[in-house]
Amino acid sequence: MITRKNIGVLTSLIILAILGFCAIAAPLVSPFSPQEIVANPFQEPNGEFLLGADSIGRDLLSRTIYALRYTLGISLAVTLIACLFGTTLAITAALKGGWIDIILGRTVDAIMAIPQIIFALIALAAAGVSLWSLIAIMTVLEATLFYRILRASAGDIAAMDYIEISRLRGDSLSWNVFHEILPNLAPTLIAEFGMRFAFASLFISSLSFLGVGIQPPSADLGALVRENVLAISIGRFSPLAPAICIAVIAVSTNSVVDWFIRKYSIRGELS
Amino acid sequence: MTTFLRVSDLTVKAKDNFILDGISFELEKGKVLGLIGESGAGKSTLALAAIGYLKPGLEISSGSVVLDDNDLTIASDSALRQLRQSKVAYVAQSAAASFNPFFRLGYQVTELVILSGFIEKSDRYKVATDLFARLQLPSPKVFARKYPHQASGGQLQRAMIAMALLNDPDLIVFDEPTTALDVTTQLDVLSVIRQVVAEQGCAALYVSHDLAVVSQMCDSILVLRHGKMVEMNATRSIIDQPQDSYTRSLVAHRKVGDFLTDTPQADDAPLISAENITLGYGKVQIVPNASIALNENEILAIVGESGSGKTTVARAIAGLLEPWSGTIKLRGTTLQGNVDNRSQNHRQHIQFIHQLPDVALNPRQTIRTALMRPLQVFKGLDGAALNTRLNALMDEVELPRDLLGRYPGALSGGQKQRVCIARCLAAEPDLLICDEVTAALDPLVEDSILALLWRLKEEHRMAIIFITHNLGVTRRFAHSVTIMEHGKIVESGPTAQIFADPQQAYTCRLLASEPSTDAGWINARELSGATGPRKHRHDSL
Repeated sequence: MITRKNIGVLTSLIILAILGFCAIAAPLVSPFSPQEIVANPFQEPNGEFLLGADSIGRDLLSRTIYALRYTLGISLAVTLIACLFGTTLAITAALKGGWIDIILGRTVDAIMAIPQIIFALIALAAAGVSLWSLIAIMTVLEATLFYRILRASAGDIAAMDYIEISRLRGDSLSWNVFHEILPNLAPTLIAEFGMRFAFASLFISSLSFLGVGIQPPSADLGALVRENVLAISIGRFSPLAPAICIAVIAVSTNSVVDWFIRKYSIRGELS
Repeated sequence: MTTFLRVSDLTVKAKDNFILDGISFELEKGKVLGLIGESGAGKSTLALAAIGYLKPGLEISSGSVVLDDNDLTIASDSALRQLRQSKVAYVAQSAAASFNPFFRLGYQVTELVILSGFIEKSDRYKVATDLFARLQLPSPKVFARKYPHQASGGQLQRAMIAMALLNDPDLIVFDEPTTALDVTTQLDVLSVIRQVVAEQGCAALYVSHDLAVVSQMCDSILVLRHGKMVEMNATRSIIDQPQDSYTRSLVAHRKVGDFLTDTPQADDAPLISAENITLGYGKVQIVPNASIALNENEILAIVGESGSGKTTVARAIAGLLEPWSGTIKLRGTTLQGNVDNRSQNHRQHIQFIHQLPDVALNPRQTIRTALMRPLQVFKGLDGAALNTRLNALMDEVELPRDLLGRYPGALSGGQKQRVCIARCLAAEPDLLICDEVTAALDPLVEDSILALLWRLKEEHRMAIIFITHNLGVTRRFAHSVTIMEHGKIVESGPTAQIFADPQQAYTCRLLASEPSTDAGWINARELSGATGPRKHRHDSL
């Protein structure tokens, strides 16, 4: 049911669904090939080229749709892998304590002490820029943030008597992680997943804008903004389209996360 | 004496649920009325309504509360505030949680009277010191300068009573003021409350679930159940001739005869023995050199006040805390100190039940999962055999089988504790360690859990280590008893012998502090000097 309270979150969900669909079905929905030169350089938007063309005459709408694939795909992959590693390590550290906890905790501290973007720039310079090195480096950085949040929540749960009962029973670590603790972390985990997804899409966009992300002729949303930034000086608004896309993804995801947190953090649990 | 507080036909609702349903009573100055009932009976709601306060979400749907000719149900907020400043006071259950840790006690206690202009700011510590002296707090001048964490629970409770006295109230509400305290400390605080009410000549409402305490403190008693008034009468009439069946069961609870019908055979080899174990956390030693032993089918109670080390001993036997030195043996075999290193067979034969069933059951697991796990781990059951056993377990702990599909959140406290018992039972243990398993439960529920444990012990021939601070339960339930104080075992032996002829001073004091419903019990304690400043020796830091 649509009410004033949930109209924002419904809109956000619909927008994310449309963007997701466009990314998956890019060859079907985009009018032209993203690499093909089909128009004049800096072609103005018209009925055929809805967003106009870029500096060498490629259709901007098609390029934006394909860029969504990179931005959403990389963000999702990074967030999923980071979530898997960060959460598992966080729960293990909370349960085991001792030196495992200390080593993991201090490593995360060390990584978090360096500004994310600088860390990524240095690491990419050392490893070379490729799709896989990008995903790997972003995953490490995102995993530290997952670890930090979930280690705290898992610590509270690990102190519960039912974890002691499980220990008295001689349960395995994996039973503890996946059956005793993880279900209790679900609300935190889901909220954090959404939040990190939004930040991952901003992060990959920033890297590409700086030129160390997705390399030409492919482009994600950040790279598109960079490619078209010159157009602003001749009075075109074409770079704004991918920029608005980035903003819409971040705002919509945040709005869904906020709704989720409001709904579940009051009672502290999923019902 | 004229009526000071008159509650007529008071009904309080939370949405559509009745919290209080048509309660009426009157109270004169100088009299104490006890409000008694199980948790959720509405006693705190009633006591707070009497001073014109309702918790958020509650509303008065009918009736009136007239305090000294003011109807509180229609009074404005400012009128209520005026009244609370000058006429009423409230003493909360947990003083430790009610004081602000950032302010000195002397400062906090005088906050209200300075706000209402009764005393000057410059006098605040002097006023507080005088009052603390009157309540027999040790070195009151120093005490007024202490922060809450520097005082013990009993001292904080007295400080809170001091705060209540400062505005010279005509009505004081005591909301379970001694529930969180040890028995010997409780006796002190009770005696202070009696003294205060007598000197002040004020009216008082005393909320408690402990009939014995209420019977010592109050002139009359109002019994509440599910928000309804069950019975109200003078204290002695309630105790000696209860009219209602619920009141009768409450009173009878105190007089239930022994469970003990047998004496376990004294074998040469005890089932479990801890020999000269020394225990501690980190670098702090808690229990030096303790030894206990018990035979098959025997119930041993370990009794002591908070901080006496009784739970620490239990945790060591369960393997949750590795002893610094000493050995723990099961049927003559030495057990590993850490449960992680014990064999699955040893883990199975020692089972542990926690104090709070709420945190001992995973809120995200159904009862079925909770009970299934030990059956799979220890018994290797699956399929139809597993289901049959699950149903049998539910029958054994007298729970309906359809609860298996529920989550713990849908169960009552007593039901949750039964699930915890069933979970231990699933392992078919030789030894059950019960850590204050009934402390969080209402008296009648406590009785039913004890009866269940006793029946299961008889049927399955288990030994039980029963950790408790409750002497009444110990007397009825345990074959033998070990008394602990400050980590040391003070005295141990057969229950009947210890209770009849205690050898140690601490045991005597502990036994004397246990509240009873007998007329004049507290007077006798006060006369014999069981209360008073003498005991603050270990109370202060």
